[in-house]
Amino acid sequence: MLGGLYTLFATGLSLSAGVMRFVNIAHGDFIVLACYALLLLTTMLGLNPAIATLAVLPIAFAFGFGLQRFLLQHVVGDNVLLVILVTFALSIIIENGLLEGFGADPQKISGGWMETATIALGHGINVGVFQVVTFAAAVILVAALDLLLYRTGIGAKIRAVSDDVAAANLIGLSSVRIYAIAMGISFVTVGVAAGFMSIWTNFDPASGPTRLLIAFEVIVLGGLGSLWGSLVGGVVLGVAQSIGGQFDIAWQIMAGHIVFLIVLALRPQGLFPKY
Amino acid sequence: MDLRSKLVLNGARVAFVVAVAAMAAAPFLFSATHIVLLTEFMSMLVLAIMWNLLAGHADIVTVGQHAFVGIGAYAFFGFTALWGLNPYLAIPLGGLVALVISVPTMILVFRLRTAYLAIGTWVVAELLMLAAGKLSAWGGGSGTSVPISIILSFGSTRGDRLATIYWLAFGLAAVAMLVTYFLLRSRIGIGLTAMRDNEEGAAAIGVNVTYARALCFLGTAPFLGMAGAIITLQKLRIAPPASFSITDWTVFIIFNVVIGGIGSFEGPIIGTVFYFLLRQYLAGLGAWHLILLGGFSIVIILIEKRGLWGLVRRVLSDDLIPIAHKPSAAFVTATKAASGPAAIAETQEPASSAFVRLIFVSPGLTMISPTARWWSRGVLLVERDATSALRIAAIHQTGLFVGSQSPLPIPS
Amino acid sequence: MTTTAASLLLAVEGLSVFNDKFRAIDHVDISVGAGEIVSIIGANGAGKSTLLKAIIGQDDRVEGKISFAGSDIVGQATETIVASGIMLVPEGRRLFPSLTVEENLRLGWSVGRKGAIGFADVWRQFPILAERRMQKAGSLSGGQQQMVALGRALLANPRLLLCDEISLGLAPKVVNELYALVPDIKRRGIGILIVEQDIERSLTVADRFYCLLEGKVTLAGRPGDVTRDVVMKHYFGL
Repeated sequence: MLGGLYTLFATGLSLSAGVMRFVNIAHGDFIVLACYALLLLTTMLGLNPAIATLAVLPIAFAFGFGLQRFLLQHVVGDNVLLVILVTFALSIIIENGLLEGFGADPQKISGGWMETATIALGHGINVGVFQVVTFAAAVILVAALDLLLYRTGIGAKIRAVSDDVAAANLIGLSSVRIYAIAMGISFVTVGVAAGFMSIWTNFDPASGPTRLLIAFEVIVLGGLGSLWGSLVGGVVLGVAQSIGGQFDIAWQIMAGHIVFLIVLALRPQGLFPKY
Repeated sequence: MDLRSKLVLNGARVAFVVAVAAMAAAPFLFSATHIVLLTEFMSMLVLAIMWNLLAGHADIVTVGQHAFVGIGAYAFFGFTALWGLNPYLAIPLGGLVALVISVPTMILVFRLRTAYLAIGTWVVAELLMLAAGKLSAWGGGSGTSVPISIILSFGSTRGDRLATIYWLAFGLAAVAMLVTYFLLRSRIGIGLTAMRDNEEGAAAIGVNVTYARALCFLGTAPFLGMAGAIITLQKLRIAPPASFSITDWTVFIIFNVVIGGIGSFEGPIIGTVFYFLLRQYLAGLGAWHLILLGGFSIVIILIEKRGLWGLVRRVLSDDLIPIAHKPSAAFVTATKAASGPAAIAETQEPASSAFVRLIFVSPGLTMISPTARWWSRGVLLVERDATSALRIAAIHQTGLFVGSQSPLPIPS
Repeated sequence: MTTTAASLLLAVEGLSVFNDKFRAIDHVDISVGAGEIVSIIGANGAGKSTLLKAIIGQDDRVEGKISFAGSDIVGQATETIVASGIMLVPEGRRLFPSLTVEENLRLGWSVGRKGAIGFADVWRQFPILAERRMQKAGSLSGGQQQMVALGRALLANPRLLLCDEISLGLAPKVVNELYALVPDIKRRGIGILIVEQDIERSLTVADRFYCLLEGKVTLAGRPGDVTRDVVMKHYFGL
């Protein structure tokens, strides 16, 4: 079930990495930033977490659109170092900004009844309702993105630009605008991921990098470019971590890394490679 | 222009030599607090040089070099504190262990491309850090201190110890610089430059891209490991988050090199100096320190991709420490006679994946040599059409040149 | 250039395009009228593709004037230029390999002006494509890909079509089929600027031609007015 949460982390990264061909190192930190935004909305305005998440989504889109259009567009291109640097710097800035603003204490949003309720599956196995809902959300999100990319006009344009950006420019598709839209969509998924993560677990300003590594491992495990693959990747990683978690926290994370490296060694293109 | 710029250039070179000499004699010239600072400077310089070699020259951007720093630290501790080997010996042994671990690391992460490779190295670093936290003999998750006996073996007085450790750090930095210098001037280094400009083209004319990259990746590991050992001597402790600190040994280093100037020899030096100056003057700012550094590196990257050194280079006529080769005058005149000032391209297959072979002699001069082979003192640049060829020639004014030993004239 | 720019579909005057310090196009004058077929010939590296890219708005460092239907389009974004009626069939086809044939065509339709040409016309003209409309464009043969590229451009309902080396790498029979479409395009009043290395073919179909060498126009006129030898001389700069 952890896999559902991990898939949510990963879909945004899959989109930005697949379309714009760069890895946004600040991805995890943006998820954490969104968590803090949700924290503000729920504590200061007293909003229900679900409503808060929905409210955050359009803001997330605008933010992602603006970020790509005005900052990241300048470094998109063949030089991958620039992108790494800029997103790395962004990551540092966000982490430290949150530290200054909120302090280092871990935070969490309460999910109310959903958090503690469980469903009995028989044979003495219980699953948390919230966990199931998260997983369902992950499936729905992946399906929705799949629909968007393959059944709509804008989806075709996004795929065109990710195939060959120079050709797209030549025939009059504004890659600048389409990149911005893609990034906006990616940030919407970030908002959704934050919505679930903020209830599922504690977060603090330094949580970003671990989310990034999780998202990264999920998309490489699942196969670059495959959305449904990242669902599988998320489940695999979740299972690995759950097994490791039986020992202690460190083993939980290590188990994930080890499984990732093993898959990388044996099948580097991932489980469902597109390319 | 010429005489004045020559004077400025040589003046700067002399100043640099004097600075190096001063650094070598530092323990006699400076107080204890300064020595501590300089030791730290030297260690960070080593890390900066190594990262710059990978990211700036070999086109391998890593975000996980702190892995090897930590390994070097832990290996060093293991060899001296746990197994009683001579501490001086334990330092290079630490580097050796880092080298050994870098081999499977390389095999794994080289399966990924560019940005994914960078994060892959980060994953490896995380794994190693967590694993280190599991080693109880090394203090587990909270680490442990370096035993007094080890510390004392570096000198009986504090002054002696600081001096010895400083010279170790200085020595490592000096070796790192020399090795990098000779590597970049060698055949491999020239191949790296060619690869940086046009990877397919470089491969097409015989540069073994994979070999060069692997060599660089593996070559940096021992230096990083030894730096880790020396850092342990400075900090007097090992602990997973400190020895494997991504902030200290990777993030800061990256920012420093970027600000100083990636891909140049002088860049890492300038960047590290800048960092220390910044730290001195902005000591009390805490988290804002990192934010400033990060913001500044973004600004620099957007203004001048070659960093602070790039800005200096706009006024200076040549590098302080010349890495690039220059064509011999005789060759230049000979080929000038054979070709004309215009660029002409001849393709073997129109507009497909075959390449136009061009040799740069100096900007504006091109020749064609279909059978040219790679010459050890120069590099052949391969470009698809004359326009890009000339563009590249204009950019790399003195860097790349010359090709075959028997140049053919342009067909008429 | 004695005719007024307004009466011409495309009027390029004194155009220079820079690549860093190097002039790829050097003070070039070219014009195309509605329904006119103009061909640009020249060796590789002469600047032909650069010229087309400058017209479609993909080159930043441009000096001079490019008028399309009377208004200056230098500095406009490609998106705007395409929407106002110029469409490029890029060198090397440049389709989107992971998209289907139909999706590739639809892209052309969505970026251009809406007009007389629709999907029905494309399917009628290229029956082979109609059969393969759901196939991924990357799996088609060269000739079929070129048809898609052409179809994509036509669906944008351009007033001016720019064709960059459409015969490259294709069998003569296939090229014949492609060029057989030209009269039909001409009949719709669409101007065509064809860039070709194949001198024979382009001179056969053109109303007028320009010869480009190292970024300059060395020869211009009607195909009937010049002999092969004259053209060869100016092609190679001998």
